[in-house]
Amino acid sequence: MSENLLEVRNLKKYFPITAGLLRRTVGHVKAVDDVSFTVRTGETLGIVGESGCGKSTTGRMIMRVLEPTSGEIVFDGQDITKLRGKELRAVRPKFQMVFQDPYASLNPKMGIEEIIAEPLIVNGVNRKQATERVIHLLERVGLRADDRNRYPHEFSGGQRQRIGIARALALNPKLIVADEAVSALDVSIQSQILNLMMDLKKEFNLSYIFISHNLAVVRHISDRVGVMYLGHMVELADKRSLYADPRHPYTEALLSAAPEPKRQGRRERIILQGDVPSPANPPKGCPFHTRCPKVMDICKVERPALKQVAPNHLVACHLYN
Amino acid sequence: MAEPLLAIKNLKTYFISKDAEVRAVDGIDIEVQPRQVVCIVGESGCGKSMTSLSIMRLVPKPKGKIVDGEIWFNGRDLLKLSEDEMTDVRGNEISMIFQEPMTALNPVLTIGEQITEVLLRHRKMTKRQALAKAIEMLQFVGVPRASEIVHEYPHQLSGGMRQRVMIAMAMVCEPKLLIADEPTTALDVTIQAQVLELMKKMREDFNTSIILITHDLGVVADMADHVVVMYAGQVVESTDADSLFAEPTHPYTKGLLASIPSLEEEKDVLYSIPGTVPDAAAFPKGCRFADRCPIAQPSCREKMPELREVKPGHLVRCDLV
Repeated sequence: MSENLLEVRNLKKYFPITAGLLRRTVGHVKAVDDVSFTVRTGETLGIVGESGCGKSTTGRMIMRVLEPTSGEIVFDGQDITKLRGKELRAVRPKFQMVFQDPYASLNPKMGIEEIIAEPLIVNGVNRKQATERVIHLLERVGLRADDRNRYPHEFSGGQRQRIGIARALALNPKLIVADEAVSALDVSIQSQILNLMMDLKKEFNLSYIFISHNLAVVRHISDRVGVMYLGHMVELADKRSLYADPRHPYTEALLSAAPEPKRQGRRERIILQGDVPSPANPPKGCPFHTRCPKVMDICKVERPALKQVAPNHLVACHLYN
Repeated sequence: MAEPLLAIKNLKTYFISKDAEVRAVDGIDIEVQPRQVVCIVGESGCGKSMTSLSIMRLVPKPKGKIVDGEIWFNGRDLLKLSEDEMTDVRGNEISMIFQEPMTALNPVLTIGEQITEVLLRHRKMTKRQALAKAIEMLQFVGVPRASEIVHEYPHQLSGGMRQRVMIAMAMVCEPKLLIADEPTTALDVTIQAQVLELMKKMREDFNTSIILITHDLGVVADMADHVVVMYAGQVVESTDADSLFAEPTHPYTKGLLASIPSLEEEKDVLYSIPGTVPDAAAFPKGCRFADRCPIAQPSCREKMPELREVKPGHLVRCDLV
């Protein structure tokens, strides 16, 4: 087993809800509530879950664009949770992000060369070397060297996502957090980008945190997968184990609800009742107990801890106690 | 076979501006039988949404124009109706639900006002009767606290609930045809599963035919009786759902199916369709898929292939299969 590139320990993010003239805090949205996991060097960790489960907030805290309420983020042996200013800027090149919306994440007034070279220039690379690097990166992500003189609006969604990837790669990062990176793309383009990301991972020895609501895409690209629900990690396992033998009732329902493109041998669908509860007022005990088909009395009182139930398979559910 | 409920014949919807003619829908034929679920599948820009807007005669004016074709519904050509006659059809005999229920619902009217509006327009009902019917319909589509929700506004509801409200509004006059344009794309998978089940129930209980427009082949496999695959404004394959998934025949359909990652099986490298969709303002002379097709011959670029029957009921627009 290779070493851990990233360790996330007891990470929490509570957003305050304020009210009244004095903006007093009247409550908290518990977007991420005590999440721990690791990412090994060269590994892809997929994080799946529905809207509001805290997957994007987790990714943004790791990128240090959101301040965690508490918890630790250890990257490459260094606790980066408390770094500021110059020290933070020194480590930032090692972790980069690819965003969901290829239209909103590229500055429309900047040329492609400027967009990709900006992180290089900021980090003290001279113009000439930066241009060479931009050409190399553009060719590597499947665009042409000439494209560096064009503007974002001249590119399709898939091509823009390639530009976003080139920008993320510019500083030779070790970790890339991809938040719904292929969700806005058509399937034929989506598979082009997924294949590109998998090739680049091998070539540059990258690690990914791949955040998505699409279970099939996550399965394809990940080595391990974590399932989040209402700010908690409810299951974390090797992808084979997770998809073949999901243990948490939420994971089971999620997998059964995702329609497979085939007519024969479709699995029985578990239809969950109701909506996800509000993270401003999460249920006591297990966060899933209000919708769980296998709910027991203890679930309403006590929150289950994430425990190992099989090799490399962790579940937070009272069924396995 | 029985008389079809809807028969679209050689429909052409173009967007005409000073310097370009964008052929969004370019000569399509689609039939929908009573109680049948027809899925129209394709990627962004293939013309699937414009097809549905053409049926409703809601093509954006002034640039969008239905330039040719017939749309026979229940013995009448919708394209020959006056605007008043068409208003009697919309929401009454044919109704439509959209992808984004927040933008489709009016934010300044209560749920009750929006549903009763349909009834007051199409049925001889008093306001009180209409409100009672609206509450009954909301209960039927599984909206909890229906008698209170009629007095609430769209922003007070979750995405899944809004889509149920949209369905209630669309079904309140018991239309013969429901057009659903990407109705679950904005929803989480567990909520998507609920909405798809609800649409099946609508078909069972009201004998409604459904045209379901989607880019998600998983949803198609779950819902469709008949599938129409569109590419660049044309139908490229049309067949019953079982044979589409068992024997996809057009190279585009095959490519689409191969480029979707699976939940159940491991694929090392995803197939990806190279290139992008041709510009709708400048389609090539021959087959519009030829530039991306793995089996294209020089002859494909010369002559547009006809949609022809390769097996009983299985139509394919390709000369090589």
